[in-house]
Amino acid sequence: MKYVFQFGIVWDHLPRLLDGAWLTIRLSLGAFALGFVIAMLLAFLRTAGPRPLRAAIAAYVEVIRNTPFLVQLFIIYFSLPAIGIRFEAITAALLGMSLNFSGYATEIIRSGIEAVPRSQIEAGYSLGFTRLQIFRNIIVFPALRTVYPALASQFVLLMLGSSIVAAISAEELTAVTNTLQSTTFRAFEFYFVATAMYLLMAIGARLLLHAIYWTVFERARPVQQPWSR
Amino acid sequence: MSRDFDWPEFLFLLGALRWTVVLSLIAFVGGGIGGLLLAIARTSSHAILRGIAAAYIGVMQGTPVLMQLFLAYYGLAVLTGIRIDPWPAVTLAFTMYAAAFLGEIWRGAIQAIPRQQWEAAAALPLSPAAQLRHVILPQAFRIAIPPTVGFLVQLIKGTSIASIIGFVELTRAGQLIVNVTFQPMIVYPLIAGLYFVLCWPISLVALRLERRIDATLGIKQHP
Repeated sequence: MKYVFQFGIVWDHLPRLLDGAWLTIRLSLGAFALGFVIAMLLAFLRTAGPRPLRAAIAAYVEVIRNTPFLVQLFIIYFSLPAIGIRFEAITAALLGMSLNFSGYATEIIRSGIEAVPRSQIEAGYSLGFTRLQIFRNIIVFPALRTVYPALASQFVLLMLGSSIVAAISAEELTAVTNTLQSTTFRAFEFYFVATAMYLLMAIGARLLLHAIYWTVFERARPVQQPWSR
Repeated sequence: MSRDFDWPEFLFLLGALRWTVVLSLIAFVGGGIGGLLLAIARTSSHAILRGIAAAYIGVMQGTPVLMQLFLAYYGLAVLTGIRIDPWPAVTLAFTMYAAAFLGEIWRGAIQAIPRQQWEAAAALPLSPAAQLRHVILPQAFRIAIPPTVGFLVQLIKGTSIASIIGFVELTRAGQLIVNVTFQPMIVYPLIAGLYFVLCWPISLVALRLERRIDATLGIKQHP
């Protein structure tokens, strides 16, 4: 082995790597926000909507969860233009990540909704609440608290999975790394540093998500609720 | 002059599907062996072993598989001094990835076994290794089956990114066919369909196993 590692050249290009990491973070947050809104809507309709719609949503979730993200991305970026729907790489990446995330999140949120005790929902009906009111006032908060850890790890998976959008050359961390290594011929060093950056982002995200859980769900709880046991 | 998408192209995709399956199985079996060792290390009474296993799992679960793949590919190239073919890199990367996830799943299963089982086995008296082998692992195994089967789906889907470093499995074969037929609207949805046909039955089996195990453990089902 005569290879000499040269990390200095990575240091010279650090600003570009940081730009890429920043785009990775923005993409992940954007896809999380968009995917979460879609998932809330789908999870609500999946549990309270008309039967055919429920079946359609179940099918959507299964298709998303049983096909690779990379292929979903190819369909959005390469197949859809064939029928006249065209996206920029970055838009396709955001859309693909959002839809992919929404599939997993729908299933996670649904499980949280179904864990809310039936009696509380019946109590809502007896007060004359509509389905939407029951969802908003009785189900959402405890359901989200139940599934928060699952959603949080799904967010980390979303962020790490975003590296795959480099395949359609959206200029996030992985794509920037690809470009830099191919011009400097220092592939191992660049990938090593980029991997470390992902690791830091994942650890940072976990810490932040933990802090958010504490502020939203723990501190905001005035008294022990029966469902918190 | 472009070709149409027809039977030969479809058969080419099916042929490539075989490599997706082969790669997934190698990684699953290799990762299973590594995962078992990791799970045992992670639950052992030896602090250094526990630390090493935890660090390995933390790093593998905290970094993108694609990056692991690039590092394996270029790392092997550095070690051997030549540009290598993708096979050893993808099998190495996916095996190490699978080991981390299976190790974490099985750690959870081992820790789900009540302490008293260890104590009872120790009172018999069985050696620590015999406690693990004859008392703990058989019980942990049952709990671990559904998430393990579920992970297989994640692994199969994950192998699609081997296409990015030029390994010809199903996704890469799809790209090659698109390059000659210019029919992405047919080919990519078809590829997705093939993955679905492969993965969905496994997902259903995992779900059914999970329900059965919950029932035997007395965990109440949601209505």
